[in-house]
Amino acid sequence: MLSKRLIACLDVRDGKLAKSIRFVNTKDIGDPVEKAREYYADGLDELVFYDITASSDNRSIMLDVVEAVAREVFIPLSVGGGVRTVADATDLRLAGAEKINVNTAAVKRPALIAECAEAIGDQNVVLSMDIRRVDRSDRFPSGYEIVINGGRTPMGIDGLAWALEGERLGAGELVVNSIDADGTRDGYELRLTAMIADAVRIPVIASGGAGEPRHLREVLTEGGADAALVASMVHYGDYAVSELKNYLHDQGVKMRMSW
Amino acid sequence: MTDPVFIVDYDAGNLKSVQRACAEVGMRAVVSSDPERLLDAGRVIFPGVGAAGSAMRSLSRAGLDAALKSAIRGGKPVLGICLGLQISMDHSEEQDTRTLGIVPGTVKRFRFDRPELKIPHMGWNEVRPVRAHPLLEGIEPGDEFYFVHGYYPVPRRNEDVCALTHYETRFASAVGWGSYFATQFHPEKSGRVGLRLLEKFSRWSGAPAS
Repeated sequence: MLSKRLIACLDVRDGKLAKSIRFVNTKDIGDPVEKAREYYADGLDELVFYDITASSDNRSIMLDVVEAVAREVFIPLSVGGGVRTVADATDLRLAGAEKINVNTAAVKRPALIAECAEAIGDQNVVLSMDIRRVDRSDRFPSGYEIVINGGRTPMGIDGLAWALEGERLGAGELVVNSIDADGTRDGYELRLTAMIADAVRIPVIASGGAGEPRHLREVLTEGGADAALVASMVHYGDYAVSELKNYLHDQGVKMRMSW
Repeated sequence: MTDPVFIVDYDAGNLKSVQRACAEVGMRAVVSSDPERLLDAGRVIFPGVGAAGSAMRSLSRAGLDAALKSAIRGGKPVLGICLGLQISMDHSEEQDTRTLGIVPGTVKRFRFDRPELKIPHMGWNEVRPVRAHPLLEGIEPGDEFYFVHGYYPVPRRNEDVCALTHYETRFASAVGWGSYFATQFHPEKSGRVGLRLLEKFSRWSGAPAS
């Protein structure tokens, strides 16, 4: 039986680990390579690096980070942030990323998803979606809207419609990131996650809002997610990766328990 | 350091992760599409992700199909991974492709009635050895490996099946045929248990029984 996955997301800025609360006030909290090594040894199932470097001059630092991590961490490694072209995706793949996350550039130009799927395979293209709650309307029948720029720019696209379009274009997985929940530590947006997980046939990774172990259990059961993404919960040492996996296992969630 | 292992390069995905994992277990690896070098190498890894049809075309264009078969006939240790396993069967439903015919059997697409079952089968799942094989030694119940695939191998003969995995249906997640051993999962992405399998491969003589 397939296990649910615990994924840690590391936001990297200029080669250093950063964590944001509601996407503002980012602060550095350490060395990404060291964190990756620590989580890998502690049983993490998958790693995501998100490059939040503002200046494009510093992009190559990210490739160095990915390369360093790929040399010693032998679990799937996914990288996103600033992927605008197939060349960006293949550069990251050569550096050692298994999967590539696309977000803003795909919203602006959806064909990017199909191009990346063609170049590196459907299963390696992850569509990350930043989604916020809005009033239900003809324009937003799901009651959710796609946003970009860390939540600052609404795109006028229905959240569920975009998830289905991403699947159709060849995304192999979806990250459902709730802007409303992100950084709150009050729990994942279960309704949003379940709605998307029910509608698509590709795996769904829940993101945004994890603060307590029970939040992970909720989103992996009621929320229908295939994987739960955590960040600050583990980065600040509040919980160890193995502690979360042990908890989920004890709660009856199928997890990989030997590593 | 052992002799370099030959990683078959046929435009089927990113081979660097395989190369890195080899380095981690002390195996020097060359990535190449030269069939002569394949035949000279002490051991071969045949990885790959992507579609069966285009993979077969690249393989035969480079002359690697014949080299692979001859290496296996000659008893050279060869490790297939993922698509490598699938295209070593006789036939794949994917693009209705006639494949290498090293292991008797076919490759089928996962088809489920229950919409909550995702395709591809992506993530960590248990691999249960059903036959003693030197490369599977030390795998404990509960050990999981990383999978990403929408198609699965169906060997014709039971004795070629070395391990089983359950994803709605039970499928062969490892097959063995003489000096050829192949996994549907990715040992290079499966943490410590995966590295252990690669490490065993680096020392394997090619004899199917220990």
